[in-house]
Amino acid sequence: MKRKAVLRVTAKMLIPMIMLFALYVQFHGDFGPGGGFQAGVIFASAFILYALLFGVANARRVAPPGFVRASLSFGVLLYAGVGVAGLFLGGNYLDYSVLADDPVHGQHLGIMLIEFGVGTTVASAMITIFLIFAGQDPEIGGGER
Amino acid sequence: MAVTGLAMVRLRNLFAVVMLSGIFSLSAATLYVVLDAVDVAFTEAAVGAGIATVLGIATLAVVRTEMEKVQKRSVVGPLLIVLVTGVALIYGTLDMPHYGDPAAPIHHHVAPRYIEDSGREVGIPNIVTSVLASYRGYDTLGETAVIFTAAVGVMVLLGRGRRRRRQDQREKRREAAE
Repeated sequence: MKRKAVLRVTAKMLIPMIMLFALYVQFHGDFGPGGGFQAGVIFASAFILYALLFGVANARRVAPPGFVRASLSFGVLLYAGVGVAGLFLGGNYLDYSVLADDPVHGQHLGIMLIEFGVGTTVASAMITIFLIFAGQDPEIGGGER
Repeated sequence: MAVTGLAMVRLRNLFAVVMLSGIFSLSAATLYVVLDAVDVAFTEAAVGAGIATVLGIATLAVVRTEMEKVQKRSVVGPLLIVLVTGVALIYGTLDMPHYGDPAAPIHHHVAPRYIEDSGREVGIPNIVTSVLASYRGYDTLGETAVIFTAAVGVMVLLGRGRRRRRQDQREKRREAAE
């Protein structure tokens, strides 16, 4: 896909909007439909669109495998870590009420953090799986694996 | 949806099957919207119709897109099992309360507490989020762990690890030397 000018230009316009929408879904999940899972998938789809049009090798340069792997684990650790933080602050595991002075604020903070963790893990997992699948094929893989 | 499902079983062109599964997911998402489950519909549209289709196509780029004809074996045994299971499942649904029945057990267990108290206890307008992230936090942690495991599994099975990459480089160097 070296000469698809229309697709490339359209994708370049779409990718920032997809990412912005993912962030909106991520942090607006408290008020409307959405949350970490959906946001992660949408965010990953922006990367996948990029990888489809500009090749996996370029996509790997944008999102280095090491970084994606680190954020893959970071999401789960953040989620579990919020639970452990609750334990240290005198509550039960994953009890967010103790995270702030006001239980409701604590809940808000906890939910925001764990949703962020979920989103990070989901996005990195999708990017990892796609890049590995697409990297099997030398044609999409851009020749370089 | 039934037509899409049947077509998916009958078709031999895997590319068409992947496309049809995307269409299936999209119509499932529409169904969830009709049932007022916007969050589920959102997930179905993003994961089922979006990512799953793209992953399917990526897989097809690696494998062949035409399925080989399988040898026809006797269909009586499998058909019998499917029929019996189907009848048993339908028999099971006869005992279930009607859709939207206010006396159904699901509306009397923890649901009233979520609906009445989550505004005070969690203070988030979207009850789905507060149930998912707060009341059922363990479950969501488990789901995140499942996704993490899936990615790690793909990496282990298909990814090219450090050792393999080093081996490749060594081979390349040897070829260059020769």
